[in-house]
Amino acid sequence: AARMFLRLLSDIQWRAAHPKWRRMTGSQRSTSTTAEPHPVSLPAQAQVVICGGGIMGTSVAYHLSKMGWKDIVLLEQGRLAAGTTRFCAGIVSTARPMSVELKMAHYSNKLYQQLEQESGVQTGYMKTGSISLAQTQDRLISLKRIASSLNVMGIPCEIISPKKVLQLHPLINIHDLVGAMYVPEDALVSSASVSLALATAASRNGVQIHERTTVSHVTIQKGRVTGVETDRGRIQCEYFVNCAGQWAYELGHSGEEPVHIPLHACEHFYLLTHPLKEPLSSSLPTIVDPDGRIYIRNWQGGILSGGFEKNPKPLFTEGRNQLEIQNLQEDWDHFGPLLSALLRRMPGLEALQIMQLVNCPESFTPDMRCIMGESPTARGYFVLAGMNAAGISYGGGAGKYLAEWIVNGYPSENVWPLDLKRFGTLQSSRTFLRHRVMEVMPLMCDLKVPRWDFQTGRQLRTSPLYDRLDAQGARWMEKHGFERVKYFVPPGNDLLDLDHSKTFYKPDWFDIVGAEVKCCKEAVCVIDMSSFTKFEISSTGDQALESLQYLFSNDLDVPVGHVVHTGMLNEKGGYENDCSIARLSKRSFFMISPTDQQVHCWAWLKNHLPDDSNLVMEDVTWKYTALNLIGPRAVDVLSELSYAPMTAEHFPSLFCKEMSVGYANGIRVMSITHTGEPGFVLYIPIEYALHVYNEVMNMGQKYGIRNAGYYALRSLRIEKFFAFWGQDLDAFTTPMECGREFQVKLDKGMQFLGQEALWEQKQNGVYKRFTMFILEDHDTDMDLWPWWGEPIFRNGRYVGKTTSSAYSYTLERHVCLGFVHHFDEKTGEELVVTTDFINQGEYEIDIAGQRFQAKAKLYPFSSLFTQRRRKDEVELSGYQRE
Amino acid sequence: FYLTPPQVNSILKANEYSFKVPEFDGKNVSSVLGFDSNQLPANAPIEDRRSAATCLQTRGMLLGVFDGHAGCACAQAVSERLFYYIAVSLLPHETLLEIENAVESGRALLPILQWHKHPNDYFSKEASKLYFNSLRTYWQELIDLNSGETTDVREALINAFKRLDNDISLEAQVGDPNSFLNYLVLRVAFSGATACVAHVDGVDLHVANTGDSRAMLGVQEEDGSWSAVNLSYDHNAQNEREVERVKMEHPKSEEKSLVKQDRLLGLLMPFRAFGDVKFKWSIELQKRVIESGPDQLNDNEYTKFIPPNYHTPPYLTAEPEVIHHKLRPQDKFLVLATDGLWETMHRQDVARIVGEYLTGVHHEQPIAVGGYKVTLGQMHGLLTERRARISSVFEDQNAATHLIRHAVGNNEFGTVDHERLSKMLSLPEELARMYRDDITIIVVQFNSHVIGAYQNEE
Repeated sequence: AARMFLRLLSDIQWRAAHPKWRRMTGSQRSTSTTAEPHPVSLPAQAQVVICGGGIMGTSVAYHLSKMGWKDIVLLEQGRLAAGTTRFCAGIVSTARPMSVELKMAHYSNKLYQQLEQESGVQTGYMKTGSISLAQTQDRLISLKRIASSLNVMGIPCEIISPKKVLQLHPLINIHDLVGAMYVPEDALVSSASVSLALATAASRNGVQIHERTTVSHVTIQKGRVTGVETDRGRIQCEYFVNCAGQWAYELGHSGEEPVHIPLHACEHFYLLTHPLKEPLSSSLPTIVDPDGRIYIRNWQGGILSGGFEKNPKPLFTEGRNQLEIQNLQEDWDHFGPLLSALLRRMPGLEALQIMQLVNCPESFTPDMRCIMGESPTARGYFVLAGMNAAGISYGGGAGKYLAEWIVNGYPSENVWPLDLKRFGTLQSSRTFLRHRVMEVMPLMCDLKVPRWDFQTGRQLRTSPLYDRLDAQGARWMEKHGFERVKYFVPPGNDLLDLDHSKTFYKPDWFDIVGAEVKCCKEAVCVIDMSSFTKFEISSTGDQALESLQYLFSNDLDVPVGHVVHTGMLNEKGGYENDCSIARLSKRSFFMISPTDQQVHCWAWLKNHLPDDSNLVMEDVTWKYTALNLIGPRAVDVLSELSYAPMTAEHFPSLFCKEMSVGYANGIRVMSITHTGEPGFVLYIPIEYALHVYNEVMNMGQKYGIRNAGYYALRSLRIEKFFAFWGQDLDAFTTPMECGREFQVKLDKGMQFLGQEALWEQKQNGVYKRFTMFILEDHDTDMDLWPWWGEPIFRNGRYVGKTTSSAYSYTLERHVCLGFVHHFDEKTGEELVVTTDFINQGEYEIDIAGQRFQAKAKLYPFSSLFTQRRRKDEVELSGYQRE
Repeated sequence: FYLTPPQVNSILKANEYSFKVPEFDGKNVSSVLGFDSNQLPANAPIEDRRSAATCLQTRGMLLGVFDGHAGCACAQAVSERLFYYIAVSLLPHETLLEIENAVESGRALLPILQWHKHPNDYFSKEASKLYFNSLRTYWQELIDLNSGETTDVREALINAFKRLDNDISLEAQVGDPNSFLNYLVLRVAFSGATACVAHVDGVDLHVANTGDSRAMLGVQEEDGSWSAVNLSYDHNAQNEREVERVKMEHPKSEEKSLVKQDRLLGLLMPFRAFGDVKFKWSIELQKRVIESGPDQLNDNEYTKFIPPNYHTPPYLTAEPEVIHHKLRPQDKFLVLATDGLWETMHRQDVARIVGEYLTGVHHEQPIAVGGYKVTLGQMHGLLTERRARISSVFEDQNAATHLIRHAVGNNEFGTVDHERLSKMLSLPEELARMYRDDITIIVVQFNSHVIGAYQNEE
C-alpha cells in the first residue's frame, strides 16, 4: 500500500521524462542480471558530497549547481525522496512566526511555482491559499502578529471573519471561530515530485546522483572533512553535507569525531480519504486549525488531514537505522482525538470513506527551529536537517542559504536562529532529545505567547547557588541548558503559576519586576549571571594580544586591569559576537560573551587564531560563578566586605581587579553591570560562590539588598538603549549601525577583521540604524504588549522591525528597540540612513495589526539617570545581553 | 440505598496487594514480572487465605490460595506453614545441614523465604515455636534420609503437603500444655482447608492442588485473543476420576454412602483437604481427643458429630495432584483463585478480562482499515467506544481487583453493572454468604521476554 501512495502522492512522471540522470542511477537495472547492480561506480573524489536524497539534499544540490559548482555527488541510501519527503503532506505555508523562516518559505513557494517549467517534472504545484483558524481571541492575536509580518514582506495576507471563511471553504463549521487568517498565495505540491524535480534540474547541471549508496561515516583530519566512506567505496571531498533527515543524528555520530546534530524522530499521522461524492476542488484552500491541532488539505477529490497531538510517540531513540521508512503501523486509537477535531471542523465528512492512515515519522529539534550550518569541530562538514514537520515549506529557502554558506562562506540572511552552533554536546543526549521533542511536537499547535519556556530537559546546567535562589522564590528560564532567574516571587505570593503568565497583555509579574528594578536604581540588587561564556586566552609572548587585536575591533592594548567592550566582527563588519575583555596581565585576557556563544565563539576563535602551541585558549565558563551587584549601594557593600576603597577614584568604571571578598581571595571584580547602572560583577571561583553570596547578602541587608532576575536586567538595559547580541545584534549588523563607533578603533595601528567594511560605512554612511522607540499612546494595562518582530512605520511607510522591547519602569512607557531602513519610495532600493532621516519622521509600531505612535531616539535619555558614575557614556553604550 | 462508586472502590480495594519483582540494572531477569492479589470476604471473618513468597535458598517463587471451611483456623495454619515445608523439601542436603547446625549452636538462621504480605495477612505469634519445632523435626528427618539425589519439585510438593497435614494431625493428638495453644491445634485439625499452590522457577511452572480451588493459565493466541488452560483438577464430585479414586479406596459396601448430594459422605464439598480430622481419624481417636480436650471443643456440636456411614477412615487426604507446565512466551499470566470466583465466572471470561486488563489498549487488537469500507463517522464512533471501555479498565490498578469487580458486578451482558455491584457489596453479613462465597485471587504476570530468552537457550 505504501508504494501505491507514493504513486498517488507524486504522480511520478520523471523517469520517462528525464532519462539523463536516470542513466547514471538506475536505467541499467532492468537489463542487468544481478540483484542490486550499481551501474556507475562512484567517483574517487568530488568537491562536495551530499548525503540524503530527500527535499533537503536535492535542494542543496540544486542551489549549489545553480551557483556554478559542478563537482557534486549526491548519495541516497535508498531511493530519492523515499524518506520523510515521500510522505510529506505537501503544504507550502508561509505563515511562520520567525522572519528568517518566513523568508525561506516565501522563497520556496516562488521556487516551486516555476520548478515544473524549469525541470520538466510535474510537481503538482497548485496555488490554493491557506486559512488559519482561530477559536480564541489569543489565537487571533497570534495570527494578527504573523499577518503584520507577512504584509510588510509584501506577501498578501488578511485577517478575515468566520463568514468569509465559509465563503472560501463551504465545508467548514464556523460556529466556534472568532476569526481567521487567509494567505491566498500558499500552495500545495507533491513533495516527492518537487524533490525529484530538483534532482533532475541539478543533474542537468552536472550533479551526480547515486541511489542505494549508504554513507558509513565521514573522515575528518585535523579538523577538516577529507572524505566519506560508503558501502561502495570511498570518495575524497572538501565539503560534506549531512541532509540525512531523521538519520542525521546517527550519521553525525558515526565517525571518530562526532558531529552533534540534536534531533529526534516522532511518529506523525495523517489520514487520506476517498473522494467525496462531489469531489473536492483541487483549488480549495488548505485549512489549519491549530486549536484543534489539525490541518486539512484537499487531496484527489477527498481530503488529507493530519495533526500534532498532545501525546506524541517518539521513535528510533535507540537509533534503529533502516534503509527506507518501513510502513509503520497505523494507530487509530492514537489518531482518535485528531479525528474528532476533524469531524468537528467539517461535520459533513462523516460519510466520507477512509483510504488510509499514514504514519510518517518527522524529526524535531530541541527549540522547534531547523538546523543548518557548519559543524563547530569539523570544517567543511555542513548540516541541513531537523525540519520540525515543515520540510517542504523550508526546503527551497534552506537549501539556498546553505548553498550560499558553502560557496560564499556565509548565507545572505541572518540564520543564527537556525545555526547548528547554537547547540553543543549538551543538547545531544538521547534522553534529553526524547523528552524535549515530546514537548516540541505538541507546541507546533500550541499558542506561543511572549516569554514562554520549555518545561522538559531542564536543570541541566545550574549555578552552585541554584538551590539557595530557588528557596527564595526564584522562577527560572533556560538558555543553552543553563537555568537563569526570571524574577523572585515574594514570600506569600504564589498566584504566579505558569498559566497566569501566558498572555499577550500585561503579565502578572509586572509589579514584582518593578520592585526589583526600583531596588536596582535606589539600593542594590544581586543577579546571578553565571551562565555567561567565559574564555581565557594567554600566550608566552605577545601572540595573544596580536591575535586578539586582529579579531576584535576595539583596541585591546590597554593597561593591565582594564576592561574593553568590543565586537568580534566578520569581514563585513558584522557582529559574530559581542563581548567584554579584561586584560588580566600583559599576556592574558579574560573574555566574557553571551551564554549561547559557547560553541560559536569557540569555533570562530579556533578557526581564526594561529595554530601556535604558545597561544592557549581555555573555556573557563564552569569555573566561575558570576554575581552582578547592581545599584548605587553596591560600592558600599563591596568595600565593607573587602576593606578596600571601591569609590570611582580607586576603582573607576571598566576596571578589573582580583581582590578578597569576605574570607575568599582571588575574586575577579569588574566595574561593569551590563545595565548602565553603577555596580560590579564578581567572578568567583565556584567553591567560594556560596560563601561570597552569603557574605554579600548579610552585609547588604543594611543597604536594602535583594535578589533580582533577568527580567529586571532586561528592563534596565532596554530603557538605556543597550543592544544585545543574538536579539538586536547579528552577523549582519555593524557597530556603525548601532551607534557604537566609539568601540571601533579604525586607527589602532593594525589591521583587524571587518576594518575595510567599517571604513566604507564611516565614509559613505549606513543603510540601517539602531533606534529606540518610546510608545506614546500605549496603555500598559489595556493594550497588547510589544514583544519583538513588530513592524516599524515611518510616516506611514514600513521601514523595519523591532528586535526587542521592555517596559521601562522609569519612563513608565514601553520601549522598543529596532532597526530603521530607508527604502526609496519608488524603487524600494535601500538608501543611506542619516540622523536627520531618523529624527524627521513620525513613527508607529504595529502590534498585531494595531498601530501605536512612537517617539524615535538615537541616544538614550541622560536626564533620567541621576546617579551616574564618571565615563558613563562609555559604560552606557557598553555591550548588553540577557 | 446505594453505595457510591468511591465507596464500592474502597470495599473492593481494602485487601488488594501488588508485588513487582525488583529489576536489576534496569532489567527484570525473573520469568515473573510480579503479581496482584485481592480478597473479598463473604464469611465473617473471611475463611480464605493467600500466601506469596520468594524462595531465598533455592530459586523460584511460591504463590497459593487456601479456602477454609468450618472456620478459618486450618486455612490460616496452612497459609503460614505450607511454604516452609515446600521450601525445606526443595533444599539441598548441605543447606539443610547448615540450617540445622545454626539452630543447634544458636546462630542466626539463613532466611528461607521472603514473604510478600498484605498488612491484613497475619502470622500467629503464639504458635510459631510449636510450628518451628515440627518443621525442624521434618528437616532433621530429611537430613537422616539423605538420598543424595537432587530434589524433584513434584515430589517435594507432594511430600510437603502430606507432611504438613500429618503434623497438623499429630499436634492435635499430642496436645499442648498451654491451653491456648492446645485449643488452637485442635481447631486447626478439626477445621479444614483446600490449597492451590504454584511454584515458578524460570520456565518451570508446577501447580500442586488439593481441593476445589483452581489454577488457570492465560494464553494469548497469535491473533491477540485470549484462551484459558487449566493447570489443576478440581477435587470434588464433578470430577469423575476423583469420585472413582474415593470409591477405589473403600469397600464396595460403602459405594452408595461415599458420595451423596455431590458431597463426601454427604457432608464435604472438596474431596481432598488439609485438617478435617473428622474425616481422617478413627471414631475412637476422635472421641478420645475431644473428651480430653478443652470444654469449648466439647460444647461444639460440629466437632462432636461423627459423619454417618463412617466405617473405614481415612476418607480424606491432603495429597495434591501436581501439574508441570513449561512456560512459553504466549503464556502471559496465571490465575490462582478459590471456588468463589469460579462459581461466578467461566474460565474463558477470566482469561479475556485479565488479558485485556493487563495489556491495556496498546495490545488491544489494533484497528486496521485494510480493504474495508469504513467512513470517518463510523471510525469515530468505534474509537469513542474503545476509549470509554479503556477508561473503565483503568479504574483498577490491580488485576485481581478488576476480576472481583467483574465477578461480583457482571450483569447478563458481561459488563460491570454498578447497581448490582453496590447491592452485592452492601448485603448484611448474615446474607452475604447466601449470595456469594469468599473470593481470593492471585494473578501472576509472566515476563515473556525472559521466557522467550530461556526458550532460545534450550
